Amino acid sequence: MENLSILTHLDYTLMIVAIGAALLGAVSGALGSYAVLRRQSLLGDAISHAALPGIAIAFLLTGSKTPLILVLGAAIAGWLGTLLILSIVRLTRIKYDSALGIVLSTFFGFGLVLHTLIQRTGNANQAGLDTFLFGQAATMLARDVLTIGILGGIALTVMLVFWKELKLLVFDEGFAASIGFPIRTLDILLTSLLVVAIVLGLQAVGAVLMSAMLVAPAVAARQWTDRLRLMVFLAACFGALAGVSGTIISSTASRIPTGPTIVLCATVVVGLSIAFAPNRGLVWDRIRQQRNRRNLKMETSRY
Amino acid sequence: MLQGHLDILLIAIVTAVACALPGVFLVLRRMTLMSDAISHAILPGIVVAFFLTESLSSPLLILAAAGTGVLTVLFVELLQRTKLVKEDAAIGLTFPALFSIGVILISRFAGNVHLDMDAVLLGELAYAPLNRLKIFGSDLGPVSLYVMGTIFVLNLVFILLFYKELKLVTFDASLAAALGFVPTVIHYGLMTLVSVTTVGAFDAVGSILVVALIAGPPATAYLMTDRLSRMLIFSAIIGSVNAVTGYWVAFLFDVSIAGSIATMTLIIFVLIFFVVPNRGLIAIARRHARQKWEFAQTMLVIHLLNHEGLPEAETESAIADLHEHLSWDPGFTTQVVKYALNNRCVSREETQLILTEQGRTIAQQALVE
Repeated sequence: MENLSILTHLDYTLMIVAIGAALLGAVSGALGSYAVLRRQSLLGDAISHAALPGIAIAFLLTGSKTPLILVLGAAIAGWLGTLLILSIVRLTRIKYDSALGIVLSTFFGFGLVLHTLIQRTGNANQAGLDTFLFGQAATMLARDVLTIGILGGIALTVMLVFWKELKLLVFDEGFAASIGFPIRTLDILLTSLLVVAIVLGLQAVGAVLMSAMLVAPAVAARQWTDRLRLMVFLAACFGALAGVSGTIISSTASRIPTGPTIVLCATVVVGLSIAFAPNRGLVWDRIRQQRNRRNLKMETSRY
Repeated sequence: MLQGHLDILLIAIVTAVACALPGVFLVLRRMTLMSDAISHAILPGIVVAFFLTESLSSPLLILAAAGTGVLTVLFVELLQRTKLVKEDAAIGLTFPALFSIGVILISRFAGNVHLDMDAVLLGELAYAPLNRLKIFGSDLGPVSLYVMGTIFVLNLVFILLFYKELKLVTFDASLAAALGFVPTVIHYGLMTLVSVTTVGAFDAVGSILVVALIAGPPATAYLMTDRLSRMLIFSAIIGSVNAVTGYWVAFLFDVSIAGSIATMTLIIFVLIFFVVPNRGLIAIARRHARQKWEFAQTMLVIHLLNHEGLPEAETESAIADLHEHLSWDPGFTTQVVKYALNNRCVSREETQLILTEQGRTIAQQALVE
């Protein structure tokens, strides 16, 4: 009888974590599609690292560890980091990659400084930083899942409302500007949506691996279709799939962290897509090549 | 105590300079994020080598990790070559996957062994001098100083030996290929150096802040100069300044040294970004302001020239009514008139504004152009 209650309890926890991971995967997959198409795949990496000082400052100012306040701090810092990247690229001749690298690492370094400052006052524990770096999907509560659901839902709704504008921004920025769309505003809107997805994901997979959650599902989805609508939908599905399967796999054995397992699941989906997706897939490509070669041989042997 | 300071400072400076040198080429070749990818992706290499050698400072560990770094570069390029994945996405896919494998390996098997994730990711410069090189019982200094010193010399020699090739491959890869310099070989040579440097810098600053050392000083130097040779020297100097100031700030406030060096990197970058002559934000803002007044002054003298000697000249060049003729804001008009008077382009006669010889020349020139 006692065993049974433990079992159902475990299953309940697992279910909560799986739902949370699925929601996160879906939100970051859908929004990541835009980042990948705009060749800003690594922006997610920069934003997630740049969030650290925001969390530390939020904690220093309020002294509270309420997730919502820390998330707000993370979002503001991530957003500021992105603005700095954009203005460095616009105002100097430094290229996008260097701007990204500088903001990513120095914001993170500043966060580290603040973190050691907090630690010295004896106010926080080391666990805080570990959670930030690697996430703690296993400790997700129903409340957290609700937060992810609501904020993620809002982000996806905004994405759907501005569907046409964002699509134009992604595929033909120059044309969008020429017919009078406010490019700068749309750019900031899209970045803000990314910030929301990333900050939500920090808790589950952590800063280091968050970029994979944006990139992998989108790259996998890209292989299956040329239509944005289908790509975003597929990326959301792949993200959710990776979230659920990663959670389940990591629960089957002890000491397998959830975040990295989710990322590896997403990577496997990418591998399968690159190999087997119809038309674009490498395997079909090889088969097509061989068939062409055979045909050519038959044609030429006739003469 | 003083010896401890000096050791840490020396390690910090040597590490910063060793990272900045290959960083110059990464920044110029738009491959900065490759260093981010390498620094994360070498984790599984470090873990596996650690299982084999059970020591964090064995040379085998550095070799294995550097090998993983080069593999990462290779893997990213293979992914790109399928033409199914763009470069940024290929990087964004590869290093989290490898890093994940490393994290899972550590938590699955190394639970009892001393391999701290924090040490790998964040590094701790303060502990670096504790591990000392001892030969025949005499203390020769901290091991990491020797490791980073060797890597620094390696980088310097590589750059000096292949300076011409590196320059050509960086700025015109196709010409380099046409002349038979084999860009691929130079490319992989550079990537191997970046891997080795990254692994070496691990101990001191950890994998995330390595990027600050590699990208920060070269990008700052890039704001200051157009010459490759100067950019290399400036990068080395800026890297050292970041390291020294960062270390003292960390000492003053008792915070993470590596984090403090990274913070100084950002501060000095932003500072240079503002004040550097010709290209800095302040210089640009001043140029814009000057151009605005110059342009307004030109408009004014052209207006005066247009009506000079004609019957309506008296009304058209009345100072009080100028703003209406030029459709300017009255306050702005007063300022422009003052600016033009100061420059002796116009002179004042009672209520009228008269062109001087100089003003007439400017107006005529502007009309011709």
